[in-house]
Amino acid sequence: MKLSNTNTQRYLLRIADAALILSQRNSEWCGHGPILEEDLAQANMALDLLGQARALLTHAGAADGLDEDQLAMLRLEHQFLNPVLFELPHAVDGRRPGDFAFTVVRNFLTAAWFNLLWTKLQGSSDTELAAIAEKSLKEARYHLQHSADWCVRLGDGTADSQARMQAALERAWPYLGELFEGDEVDAAAEAQKLGPSWASLQAEWRALVEPVLAQATLKLPKDRPNAHRGRHGAHSEHLGHLLSDLQYLQRAYPGGTW
Amino acid sequence: MSTNEWPLWEVFVRAKSGLDHKHCGSLHAPDSAMAVQMAREVYTRRQEGVSIWVVKSEHIVASDPGEKGQLFDPADDKVYRHPTFYKLPASVDHM
Repeated sequence: MKLSNTNTQRYLLRIADAALILSQRNSEWCGHGPILEEDLAQANMALDLLGQARALLTHAGAADGLDEDQLAMLRLEHQFLNPVLFELPHAVDGRRPGDFAFTVVRNFLTAAWFNLLWTKLQGSSDTELAAIAEKSLKEARYHLQHSADWCVRLGDGTADSQARMQAALERAWPYLGELFEGDEVDAAAEAQKLGPSWASLQAEWRALVEPVLAQATLKLPKDRPNAHRGRHGAHSEHLGHLLSDLQYLQRAYPGGTW
Repeated sequence: MSTNEWPLWEVFVRAKSGLDHKHCGSLHAPDSAMAVQMAREVYTRRQEGVSIWVVKSEHIVASDPGEKGQLFDPADDKVYRHPTFYKLPASVDHM
């Protein structure tokens, strides 16, 4: 698939793909949740993310005459621009449904990030993006509340749950740098008032997550320089497997509809 | 799904146009905050409501079904308790 790959398109696709890929990941809990109510909650929130991704993909593809389905179902792995954190499987060994502690930790860390991003994007010079942000922020606020609640319950829970949460936090932490790295795409977005440079979100993000992690009695892992380049299309080995699930139907039955 | 010993909560939801909270079901949750959150997930995901109440099931005191006869049957033949024997003015005829 040919994409114009403008800075604006890439800025939009990075956010759209973050939402799309996390939605696909979290939907893996459907039918496997630790309790019925949480099973529904994960599916509900995955659908919220899918809705956000659909709106952004539609917007990002318009310039190239591509619709949301073409972008989601027919792009190749290296054309996805989500940070690597969003594509990681729930369990270290990739077994499904996976490690609920990691699900909670990642949902919490990324919901805080989405909250800041959507808040800033409400003031975008792109009115459609601003409208998407306004709608998405309400959903992200709930996602943050829900995941923060689990973080505290499990972190400040039993010795076993705390150890699992701490391990999940250690696993997620090295991937966070990618969420706060600025590059030419961010610089262009900032200059056009399309949206914030991701680098500018870090201080507020820390102020948002650190009190919750402290309340959850979890220790902050050591920061490391970012080594991940999902935003540039260089992904972990996990994205291809995820896409083979996501894209299977359109690949097997091109143009198939309900 | 794992089994657990979380207490049972009764969920009441008020619809957008409704004035009263209506009982819509129950769920298990470790505490009241999570009960509200779970009720939101389970009972309001199709725009059913704008307000949620939860109450621990054990706090609801119910009449004994076994006493149904003595409690409620005596009202059966007390038709005079309905104000149907009065002639109403035409203006309030549809009371």
